[in-house]
Amino acid sequence: MTSRRRCCLLSLALCALLGVRAVAQQSDLRWAGDLEGGAPFVEADPNDPNKLTGFDVEIAELIARGLKRTPHFQFVPYGSIDQAIERGTAEIGLSGMEDTPTRRAAMATTIPYYAFREVLAVRDADAGRFRTLADLRGRRVGTLGGTMAYEILLQGERQHGLEAVSYDDDVHPYSDLLLGRIDGVLLDNVLAERRRKTMAGITIQPQAVATSHYVGVLAPRNAPLRDSIDEILRAAMRDGTLETIFRKWGVWNGDQRALYDNLIARKAVPAVTISGSDAQIGVALSRREATLRYVPSLIKAAGVTLILSCLAMAIAVTLGVLIASGRVYGRAPLRLALTGYVELMRGTPVLLQLFVIYYGLASIVKLPAFLAALAGLALNYAAYESEIYRGALEAVPGGQLEAARTLGLTERQVLRLVRGPQAFRIALAPMTNDFVALLKDSSLVSVLTVVELTKQTQIFATNLGSWVIPGTLCAAMYLVMSLPLGALARRLEERWKAPTV
Amino acid sequence: MSAILDVHDLHLRRGDRTILAGATFTVTHGGIVALMGPSGSGKTTILRVIAGLERFDRGAIDVEGVRLKGGEKANAALLRNLRRKVGLVFQFHHLFDHLSALRNITLAPTHVLGVPMPAAEARARELLAALGVEHRASALPRELSGGEAQRVAIARALAVDPPLLMMDEPTASLDPSRRNELGELLARLATQKRTILLSTHDDDFARRWATTILRMDGGVVV
Repeated sequence: MTSRRRCCLLSLALCALLGVRAVAQQSDLRWAGDLEGGAPFVEADPNDPNKLTGFDVEIAELIARGLKRTPHFQFVPYGSIDQAIERGTAEIGLSGMEDTPTRRAAMATTIPYYAFREVLAVRDADAGRFRTLADLRGRRVGTLGGTMAYEILLQGERQHGLEAVSYDDDVHPYSDLLLGRIDGVLLDNVLAERRRKTMAGITIQPQAVATSHYVGVLAPRNAPLRDSIDEILRAAMRDGTLETIFRKWGVWNGDQRALYDNLIARKAVPAVTISGSDAQIGVALSRREATLRYVPSLIKAAGVTLILSCLAMAIAVTLGVLIASGRVYGRAPLRLALTGYVELMRGTPVLLQLFVIYYGLASIVKLPAFLAALAGLALNYAAYESEIYRGALEAVPGGQLEAARTLGLTERQVLRLVRGPQAFRIALAPMTNDFVALLKDSSLVSVLTVVELTKQTQIFATNLGSWVIPGTLCAAMYLVMSLPLGALARRLEERWKAPTV
Repeated sequence: MSAILDVHDLHLRRGDRTILAGATFTVTHGGIVALMGPSGSGKTTILRVIAGLERFDRGAIDVEGVRLKGGEKANAALLRNLRRKVGLVFQFHHLFDHLSALRNITLAPTHVLGVPMPAAEARARELLAALGVEHRASALPRELSGGEAQRVAIARALAVDPPLLMMDEPTASLDPSRRNELGELLARLATQKRTILLSTHDDDFARRWATTILRMDGGVVV
């Protein structure tokens, strides 16, 4: 088939798809949520994984009913829901979306439909001494990255001298709390209560650190749709439909009544209230202000990326050389074991390996996050490096090795003086390549609460409500780190081409 | 004259192919011995076996009292002794690609014999001069012509001063005038203290320069 013909067919197929989509849009209400958020927000029904349950699911149904449309769920990771709404993947985001000043400014948010409290969870044994954030000076406090709670903790770093630790999910903060890796968790009461029910040993401090709400999120261009949805929500507040839903999920409390009364009376409701403080969180900053505020933390995060990558690469290279030597020179059982190691590390996702090292082995060795990240990256890349060296060692012509042997060199000397140096020259280009890849792969370690460049960019973008400036700065910083590597490798290659005498 | 090399009843099979089928010969001190025969007659293999690069099934080799036996893996000490006695210049030279001509030559003296670098370097320059390639001392192997590379390879083998210098097909890549130059060079090198054993199928070269000609066919010396 010619490529032109293929193009034609492709565009036909696209047209067909878009046509279907256009029809669907009229009767479907596409709403976005994160299944990983789980109950009581959105989760796959344990009895029927194809069905969704949760109060956000029921609110989506309620809204769709009011609009005389059919709800259609679209899975979007929690941290990307705003962006997905902006680009039109779905019309409304409903997944415990927090009511922040930034979100109110950047998006068309609905009126709040649920009031929550940011609460501090500690180990039972510490319930007496860690009552507020101020009690946690010099301690590590975890939360879900990119949330209001994380912003509050960052403020706590400045005000109370605690250390904010960012997680990618809301389960591991509590398991790390019980393991003693952190001393407190700040999250909203819905998430905290849910965890307290399944994990023993957690105390939730009664005093709220802050209060805010969940809202639906729409693109600014959909403001008219948002206005209709607001009326549907108000009606549901008046007639008790929302109360029924929240009671069903066991999260109804007096805060909701007060919120609904204000909203029905059309009173303005502040996005966030910090207890005992006039300080605001996530105040919509100008882009300039936000950039100035975040650049130092981006540079610091780039430092983490660079140090982590350099150390991981140094270990990977050392291990890689040993593995490759073992596979080329070792006896059969050693060769088999090393081959197994290489295939295992190459054949499974590095993300999974990081999880196993940090969380899976936590009952045996409790590695700090940075060390676990370093170990994970180094062990994984050692497998790749070893393959490069093995290939390079085998690429050195056998005749030269025999020539060295007939001159009386021992096997060790042959490796050190003839085979190794030539293999290293062969390996240099693919090694440089891997180092650049590692530099970027290091962003995966954010799942272990290490805040490196990509994670910091994401935090920046969430707080700014836009990816343009953070993304550009992030890309520039990666380039600043990777370009000199390429230049260094080229210079080394040039030097090795020149005669040695 | 006593024998520098005594090869007795060498047998070697690879799979179902017989490579050596009872090769027996003796080489006395001094002179140039040419090992001749058609391709596949076992010439190169014999040289490799004597250099300790390959094992053999049956028979024995004695190089000035260093004895290799068939069917046994030579231990490190034996190989070390053997390599003080025997040098081998490969048909394709196999110079170390990452080292200059000079460093190719000084590598073994400094690391095997423990000669200090200045002395090793002086000796290497002497050898290069004697072989007429002193101007190529700092060139890398890939910058050398075939004839130059061969001379550097000879210098490299001579640097550890083996009494028995073996060369595999040394004339194969040389034009006729270069062959005569090589013959003259080998005639100068072959003394009472140094014996040269080379494989070739160049009849003219062997008749003109060799002091002894051995003929191989079907894995035996005939």
